[in-house]
Amino acid sequence: MATETGIGASVKRKEDARFITGAGRYTDDVGQHGQTYAVFARSPYARARLNGLDTSAALATDGVVAVFTGADLQASEVGDLPCGWMVKSKDGSDMVQPPHPPLAVSSVNYVGEPYAVVIGETLDAAKNGAEALDPDFEELEAVVDLATAAGADQIHESVPNNQCYDWELGDKAATDAAFAQAHHVASIDIVNNRLIPNAIEPRAALGEYDEASGTYTLHTTSQNPHLERLVLAAFVNIAPEARLRVISPDVGGGFGSKIFVYAEETAVIWAAGQLRRPVKWRAERSESFLADAHGRDHVTHAELAVAQDGRFLGLRVQNKANMGAYLSTFASSVPTYLYGTLMAGQYKTPAIYVEVQSLFTNTAPVDAYRGAGRPEATYIVERLVETAAREMGIDPAELRRRNFIQPADFPYETPVALTYDTGDYEASLNRALDHADYAGFQARREASEQAGKKRGIGFSCYIEACGLAPSQVAISLGAGVGLFEVGEVRVDVTGSVTVVTGSHSHGQSHETTFAQIISDKLGVPFENVTVLHGDTGRSDYALGTYGSRSLAVGGSAIIKATDKIIAKGKKIAAHMLEANEDQVEFEDGSFNVADSNQSLTFGEVAFSAYVPANYPLEDLEPGLSEKAFYDPPNFTYPAGAHICEVEVDPDTGVVTIEKFVAVDDFGHVINPMIVEGQVHGGLAQGIGQALLEHGVYDDTGQLLSGSYMDYTMPRADDLPSFTVDTTVTPCTHNPLGVKGCGEAGAIGSTAAVMNAVTDALGVKDVPMPATSETVWRALRNGGNG
Amino acid sequence: MYQFNYHKPSTLTEATSRMVEAEEGAYLSGGMTLIPTLKQRLAAPSDVIDLSGLPGMSGISIDGDIVSIGAMTRHAEVAASDAIPALAELAGGIGDAHVRNRGTLGGSIANSDPAADYPAAIVALDSTVRTSIGPIAGGDFFTGLFETALREGEIVTSVDFRIPDAAAYEKFPNPASRYAVVGVMVARCGDAVCVGVTGAGPYAFRATALEEALAADFSPGAVDGVAVDSSDFNADIHASAEYRAHLVGVLTKRAVARLG
Repeated sequence: MATETGIGASVKRKEDARFITGAGRYTDDVGQHGQTYAVFARSPYARARLNGLDTSAALATDGVVAVFTGADLQASEVGDLPCGWMVKSKDGSDMVQPPHPPLAVSSVNYVGEPYAVVIGETLDAAKNGAEALDPDFEELEAVVDLATAAGADQIHESVPNNQCYDWELGDKAATDAAFAQAHHVASIDIVNNRLIPNAIEPRAALGEYDEASGTYTLHTTSQNPHLERLVLAAFVNIAPEARLRVISPDVGGGFGSKIFVYAEETAVIWAAGQLRRPVKWRAERSESFLADAHGRDHVTHAELAVAQDGRFLGLRVQNKANMGAYLSTFASSVPTYLYGTLMAGQYKTPAIYVEVQSLFTNTAPVDAYRGAGRPEATYIVERLVETAAREMGIDPAELRRRNFIQPADFPYETPVALTYDTGDYEASLNRALDHADYAGFQARREASEQAGKKRGIGFSCYIEACGLAPSQVAISLGAGVGLFEVGEVRVDVTGSVTVVTGSHSHGQSHETTFAQIISDKLGVPFENVTVLHGDTGRSDYALGTYGSRSLAVGGSAIIKATDKIIAKGKKIAAHMLEANEDQVEFEDGSFNVADSNQSLTFGEVAFSAYVPANYPLEDLEPGLSEKAFYDPPNFTYPAGAHICEVEVDPDTGVVTIEKFVAVDDFGHVINPMIVEGQVHGGLAQGIGQALLEHGVYDDTGQLLSGSYMDYTMPRADDLPSFTVDTTVTPCTHNPLGVKGCGEAGAIGSTAAVMNAVTDALGVKDVPMPATSETVWRALRNGGNG
Repeated sequence: MYQFNYHKPSTLTEATSRMVEAEEGAYLSGGMTLIPTLKQRLAAPSDVIDLSGLPGMSGISIDGDIVSIGAMTRHAEVAASDAIPALAELAGGIGDAHVRNRGTLGGSIANSDPAADYPAAIVALDSTVRTSIGPIAGGDFFTGLFETALREGEIVTSVDFRIPDAAAYEKFPNPASRYAVVGVMVARCGDAVCVGVTGAGPYAFRATALEEALAADFSPGAVDGVAVDSSDFNADIHASAEYRAHLVGVLTKRAVARLG
């Protein structure tokens, strides 16, 4: 049903009124009677032994309720924070996982690592108590540099060479053989800079214990409350899942950083049980910088073997990935199954071999951040392709065209374990070239030169694997959880609809998008559909939101449940209209008997289901409420073409983005306005990585970019007005034909920007972020200036 | 934030006595540095003395070729004034709208933040800083990193600027904080050329080598080849001392070019 609120309509967001007017309800807005406040004592050292901790002065501080140390948690058999994905090394051995107690016990391994929590009657009292703690630290030399971490001091007793695993993917022999045939080999050495996520709402938690029922309730800023509950129940040993409820109310952004189960909410919920009082914690921004899981941080050497005619023959990647000091919840999967598997990109490269060594350092843990492995993979592939094009004197758009997987090739099995279902890469590229006025670039470059500036253009034809994922595939590759989703459609007595989804919205607008789907499918007015999410007490076990999976997986579950509603509605309607069930059709909100004028509205059927006067109770249960689990048969493969045009001021090194074009294929689009917003946000983060953002530690492991004074978040005036467009090849294996749009902007854009910057400068590489000084130095040291 | 005693005196004498009496006092002007520092528990003054109740500390007046700006005058008011256009442009580029509506001239210069904008104007323009004790020549006011010639308890009351024949301010903002990585004010008064530099060194200073070159030939080209001594320049993750020195030259040229 195509309406102004159905599928394909740019409906204004249901969420906006409350967010804009300050009526949103975030974790920190939730308060309980008798609430106490938690403050975490954090390591000032990147690496130190904790030889003792005197808590007496803290306990004697006015208003301090309790002090808990790592030893207290250990004595209470609070479990370690686990990593949920087992990656195996080349030799078949399991990855090495160091102990990760929520609060450090005898050693600290990054600046900001919590080693005690002080609970106060007020926040100030808790802060005063934390300052009164007297830890006996013995500072050790920190391991900070990823490139040399394997040969540095051993950080964890159980982890030789600081190596978590040494993983491989692909056919080494075939790839070596391909390189032996190469006419040209393009190679690059890349540092993929560390990023700090910076959701606008800092992490927070409110733990409660109800003595009457023996039940725990945790409000927290999680992208996946069920996973949080699973870990706290099964690994941390707080309580069985049935006595532990996790609620993620409104959450202000996540970008991956709120997938993970952290020390703070673990300590808060445990302390609430110990104290029999609610315990509240909210991170200050400086804590977010220090102790939220960071993103990216790779050092990579990669080579592309190319035939004389420009065909790609083989790709070889040697990567070192920084895990930080401990394994965060999904850290191990990011530089492996979300990275190596994407190395085919949009191309028919026949032989690919990827090696990844994951290493520990005395820095904050690194885990999934918007795109999670796929931006890093795209960066390698697309920088290499551009490098090869320049070195071989082939137009970079043309070189890509010669290697694209063609529409007729789908389904296409890559040499790195994925099977792409559909796509039309050339269609996206051609559309992007039009928008970018590629033909006019030379003239613009000359005009810039006349003005004493340098202009460059760069491409990025990315692919991503989204809609995580077939459970059995993921589990066979080491995942500790399934990756299905649940959706429940409850039709109310009067025909309004309540949808309960296991997906979680922290900016994605599920309340709008999912209501559009229901409105479209059931013919129910958009405003009569309410979407509930983020509460383990409301929905069945589900996996939450990350990897651009909400619509492709969560939306598919809702469609399955909706199909069940329609099927049952037909039975009810057939009875009421005295027709055969197979004669009843459902269209535009009406159940109609074929070849007759007999018809019932959806509301009439719903009412009958709950007030079953004329209803086949002997054959059919009353009520109209259905639930479905959906496990996707494959990943989805959003792809697109990004083109960036920059101008560089050679006097200062300042890079200005003159034009940015993103043409993406997300399959069918439910709400184009929301999708465009998602793309804009992703582009800002991808461009931020290229030009602005950098998580920097000094040699002793102190975080130098620990506030907005030094960590450059992209702002509106750093960005151009984007040109955003879509092409459509519907996903072949989910009911909506959708692929996911949440991460594409961050995955595709970074390489496009850096290809443009290096094109402008006439250099092979510039390290990210391409700050003004970096660019100025590149020009002085060998650019075409 | 730690607890402190709050005072809002109504005379200068009362304000300075509160400061002298305090175990560790801090003056509060616009609060753009002090308040965040307090909130982060990086400062623990026993007494905060709010200067906003002092009469006659705010506003802009012109007498002949002297523009006098009260110490409590907000950046936004200076930005809206046409008394010295280069100074208005400088003030309009400080922080964001919130900061410009709270931050004050006196608070800024008394803090001597090496990355603040106003100090470039204090040293480049012929200025006199007036205080609760007496006048201090603008060129002598900044003495070190976060240090000034102000004596204990001394309060800046206003700043007199002599209107230059022409002046221009060029700023290279820190991409994260938007403070000045380097800010350069070039001013002409008769035959004299003054080049005030902020951001580059530990405190604002005049680049005399550039001034001499420009006094001989007031053109952007005159800047080429003039060495900027960066031996005591600031260096951080955003800009090395060498890059800052380079920017001093670039911004000076741009300011000169604007002055035709």
